[in-house]
Amino acid sequence: MVPISWYLIFAAALFCIGLFGVLARKNAIAILMGIELMLNAVNINLVAFWRYGTPRDISGQAFAVMVFAVAAAEVAVGLALFISVYRRRRTVAADEIDLLKW
Amino acid sequence: MTIESLVWFIPLPPLLAFFIIILITNRWKRASHVIAIGAAMLSWLASMAIYWYANQVEHLGEHPISSSIPWLPIGDTWLTVGVQIDPLAAVTLFFVAWTVLMIFIYSVGYHNYGQPKGDHDRPGIPPHGATISDVQGHMHKVPSIEPMYSRFFAFIGLFAFGMYLLVISDNLLTLFIGWEIMGLCSYLLIGFWYAKLSARAAMIKAFLTTRVGDVFMLLGIAYLYSVTGTLNYRDILHNPEVLHELGTTASGFLGLSVAGLVGLLLFIGAVGKSAQWPLHVWLPDAMEGPTPVSAMIHAATMVSAGVYLTLRIFPLLATGMEHGHLTPTMQVVAFIGAFTALFAATIAIAQNDIKRVLAYSTISQLGFMFAAIGIGAYIAAAFHLVMHAFFKALLFLGSGSVIHGVEHGVFHTGENVDPQDMFNMGGLRKKMPITFITFLIGGLALAGFPLITAGFWSKDEIFADAFGHNHTAVFITLALAALLTAYYTMRQITLTFLGEPRSKAADHASENVWTMTVPLIILAIFSLVLGWVGIPEDFPVVGNIIPNYAHEFVGETLLVEPKPVTFNFVPLITSIVVSLGGLGLGWLVYRKTKAGAADPQERVLGAVYTLLQNKYYFDELYDFLFVRPAYWVAEKFSYLWMDRKIIDGFLNWIAHLTSLIGNFLRNFIDMPIINGFGDWIGESTKKLSAILRPIQTGRIQQYMILALVTVAGFTALFYYLLVYGR
Amino acid sequence: MTIDQILFILVAAATLGAALLVVTSRNLIHAALWLIVSLFGISIFYVFLNAGFLAVVQVVVYIGAIAILMIFAIMLTRRVADTPGPRFNSNWIWAVLISVVLFGTISWIISSWPGINGTKPGLVEAFDPVQKLGVALVSPEAYVIPFELASVLLLAALIGAIIVAWERE
Repeated sequence: MVPISWYLIFAAALFCIGLFGVLARKNAIAILMGIELMLNAVNINLVAFWRYGTPRDISGQAFAVMVFAVAAAEVAVGLALFISVYRRRRTVAADEIDLLKW
Repeated sequence: MTIESLVWFIPLPPLLAFFIIILITNRWKRASHVIAIGAAMLSWLASMAIYWYANQVEHLGEHPISSSIPWLPIGDTWLTVGVQIDPLAAVTLFFVAWTVLMIFIYSVGYHNYGQPKGDHDRPGIPPHGATISDVQGHMHKVPSIEPMYSRFFAFIGLFAFGMYLLVISDNLLTLFIGWEIMGLCSYLLIGFWYAKLSARAAMIKAFLTTRVGDVFMLLGIAYLYSVTGTLNYRDILHNPEVLHELGTTASGFLGLSVAGLVGLLLFIGAVGKSAQWPLHVWLPDAMEGPTPVSAMIHAATMVSAGVYLTLRIFPLLATGMEHGHLTPTMQVVAFIGAFTALFAATIAIAQNDIKRVLAYSTISQLGFMFAAIGIGAYIAAAFHLVMHAFFKALLFLGSGSVIHGVEHGVFHTGENVDPQDMFNMGGLRKKMPITFITFLIGGLALAGFPLITAGFWSKDEIFADAFGHNHTAVFITLALAALLTAYYTMRQITLTFLGEPRSKAADHASENVWTMTVPLIILAIFSLVLGWVGIPEDFPVVGNIIPNYAHEFVGETLLVEPKPVTFNFVPLITSIVVSLGGLGLGWLVYRKTKAGAADPQERVLGAVYTLLQNKYYFDELYDFLFVRPAYWVAEKFSYLWMDRKIIDGFLNWIAHLTSLIGNFLRNFIDMPIINGFGDWIGESTKKLSAILRPIQTGRIQQYMILALVTVAGFTALFYYLLVYGR
Repeated sequence: MTIDQILFILVAAATLGAALLVVTSRNLIHAALWLIVSLFGISIFYVFLNAGFLAVVQVVVYIGAIAILMIFAIMLTRRVADTPGPRFNSNWIWAVLISVVLFGTISWIISSWPGINGTKPGLVEAFDPVQKLGVALVSPEAYVIPFELASVLLLAALIGAIIVAWERE
């Protein structure tokens, strides 16, 4: 009896929390965590629409599987990058990595 | 090839020779003289062919050999130029061809072809001799070859072109072109040895003086053209209607008719070119040039061009002449001619330089010719022109031979005497026999020795005409001039050839090479026999043996053939008396002149002698009247005041003004406004960028925030505009 | 209020609470652990939505791999004797603002959507999404190509991560 709107609003809230984490946190890995939250919110959205929309057509789940794969790949590369940056700069604070500053 | 194209061909070989020598063979002396003499020979051949042909034609005066081409388009019509051989042109062509060829050949020897190069010779100074050693090792000084040998032949080639062009042309324009070319060559050749200051002064004097005459001549030509619309001889001078028209229209100037004024103006050109008083001052100084130049240009051809022109325009001068009453222009011509004849003869008797005597003699004889034209004795003037060309060329070439011989003596003995001063000569008849005989023949012709010389017949003709038409003043003046002519001629011959040598140089003089003596011989033959073509028909004893070719042939040139004057003993006796008397007097006075002696005339004439020797101080007069003021105008007025002060001052003022304007523009417009604007743009860009630069912090979180805020803003905007505002 | 709704609210609150703690924890290890909690909550939601396979995959991949990886990374990039610095950077107010605005916008859009109160359709008995998912992922008329591409992507990420993090001597 849960209307879809609840899932959607929940996903939106989770998304916004994740966005806040991306924009506001200093530590780069914390930013990655925010990104994870955002991706999960998107997944929830996808699966909710699948379930409430066309449950016979498995496309929604397949899409969500793809999102999983992409998220995993992205985290792996991102963390590798952070480790590399840490080795050079001895810091992972996002606002200290500002070589592109004018 | 038609006979007309042969006429066109005549002036071309010398012109080609000029160009070839100048451009190609300047370094090779033999090639140059071969080309030049070859060209002269070609022109001579063509001239003789034309002359022979012209004598075959019946009534050449009515049907001259002519050919013309349209040359210059003027408005609707064309100015045609062309050639015309009528009797006057034919006889002129005859003597021009002969004298030119003789002088070309003579120049080879005169400029010492075949001699070694001189010790200190440079182009621009006369050759000063080369030192060679003979078989015994003695050092001799011998004449050296002229360094500018080829250049000489090039210039006389160009000159020959000019003269031939003048003779064969059928209109006043090409005549004037030939006239001016000859003037140029005269200038170049008088100053041939351009390193000599006297030669440079003489060349400028000659050019400027003849220029004065040429200005008036050009005025005459222009005036004639403006009145008649043509310059062709046939259309004006052979056309009775045109002549009558010109003769009766008043020109409004000095009461002369148009014909009279044109004739007067053209005559002034002839005065300049033929060195008549008052424009006579250049000819004696022109003796600075090499002797072949003096012979060709200043005796035989160029100065004859003035007489030729006056003969040509005789119809213009004589139109309006009724019953022997001379027109005003003819009176002027006769006066100038007669006056100059006497004037120059008086100066000639006091000159010591062998060439100067001949120069004044030329002026005097030309005066005879002009006087003859002035009194209407057309045939006599033409006749004397042809005769004079031969014997005057002979005399000049002879004097060149004498100077050469004495110079040889100067080199041999090392004596420092002027080889041209007759008082340093004497006894040369033994040392230079060929020169002596030919010079004697020429001198006798000049003096008018009776019966056997050409000069006698032509001068007698003039006297007969003057007396026969009752021009007594002219007759007496000319008779006096003839007396003086004979006198100074014999003076010259006696001082130069007779008696004993008055200097060591004269003692060691020697005869010259064949290239110099053969032309002398040929010209001498002409001087003897040529006069016989003009024996009047009613002359006692010898008249009528040969037809009077001069009257018959040359007379056809005019519309109305002049009638020969009836024979009278008075002019004949006068002519014989003045001739023999003058010759005898000259011999008597000078036969015993010793070395270092003064001229006997000095004692007899006293102050008059000084006056004559200084040529009546005309040079000094002209210098005071014309030359100094000209220099003053050039220097003080034109140069210092006009040019430097006014023109330069004006230009400097403009420059100053321009720089003021420039500075103003720079300081008040360029720097503040334009530079300032450019600088302002740069500065403001820097300031703007300094303001905007901090956006790039390098922190991606800030970038993302900025992006999202912007997206949110735009979304709201679009939503409002597209959805809500609907 | 049915039992579904109550359960939903409970799990949602827990997940959101854990998420908030993820983004506001000073200690990164704590944040990672709270992340694990919220991921777990997400997987419960998958169960609610009859996507059992996804729920298990969520636990295995996200929690078992990604979260653990993050903990590794945190450990590797920690400075010894490091007091945790400030949590937020200087722009956190803007971040709050944007999040709130975004949330409000999305909510408002969702509420104005007609299908807002749509309920779950009924399920056919013997509904086995796992088998269907499996078939879909390898069937050429379905999603085999994205599947293969995803595997290539993972390979690329694998190699890339190794190279990026390779320690240069």
